[in-house]
Amino acid sequence: MIVAGLMPQAEFVHWWFATGFLMLGLVLLAEAVVGPEVWRKRAWRPYLWPSLCFAMGILMWPVMTFFTNSAIHMVAHGSWAEVLMLCGAAELGVARGKLHSQYWRLTSSLALVVSGTAFLVHEQNAWLFSRAAFLHHTLGWTALICAVFPFVLAFRPRSLVAATGFATFFVLLAVLLYCDRDVAPVFGHFSQFAGVPHR
Amino acid sequence: MSADFAHELKRHEETDARDGLSRVARARIVLWLGPGTVLGGVLWAVLQPWRLTLLHPGGQGVWWLLVEPPLYVIAVGLIFRLVIAPGVAEDLLDEEPRR
Repeated sequence: MIVAGLMPQAEFVHWWFATGFLMLGLVLLAEAVVGPEVWRKRAWRPYLWPSLCFAMGILMWPVMTFFTNSAIHMVAHGSWAEVLMLCGAAELGVARGKLHSQYWRLTSSLALVVSGTAFLVHEQNAWLFSRAAFLHHTLGWTALICAVFPFVLAFRPRSLVAATGFATFFVLLAVLLYCDRDVAPVFGHFSQFAGVPHR
Repeated sequence: MSADFAHELKRHEETDARDGLSRVARARIVLWLGPGTVLGGVLWAVLQPWRLTLLHPGGQGVWWLLVEPPLYVIAVGLIFRLVIAPGVAEDLLDEEPRR
């Protein structure tokens, strides 16, 4: 009970991750606008977004441990942690030159497919059950659709549309996560079974 | 046609989308990403002032005082603008123009 009182609410954790994804989105947008050659002119820059991605994967593990209250919830958070780390590690390997094939970029596409599926599978309620349910459905479908961008980047690494689309996905992800509340209505709809809304 | 030349030609074909914008315009976009984000955070703070519990700290728990999402957005924009964007814009403007 004391520990529960000390723990931050789940929505706070969503906002922290939203902040990380927002930074990730801005970094990827900048890379998309200037192109990979200019981006690689400083040795540390290619490591920037993969490191952020990997770090967020590591940070997802304590979220899985302390903020999940059902098996399916735990599996979903665990899968996000795994794919964030996989995607970050593969991109770090490519940036360092340890991995040579451009097809390692497909791990980003895989990460979005797994993440989107996890969002959709672990949300048991309908779209308008509550704001969290609506956001889970929206996030899931957005991730699945946007998986096409890193897929295209694996075959056409210089595609401006694919790079911008991939970057915009993270900005959108951040906006949707910032919209999250533990218990809140969505578009005036709110199930009586969702709990008591606050602020 | 040699493979190297064909590859170079292909690379130039694929850069067309970026070449449509001048380097100065692209540098401006990069430099405005940060301020644009800051503006988003400020607008959010104005539209939902209750999200900034520091403005009315009475009766708030420690987490509610530490977690200020509009300020996070502003912080991300500032960090990007001050730490990342200047170097990117500088490198872009220093780039040799393509023939």
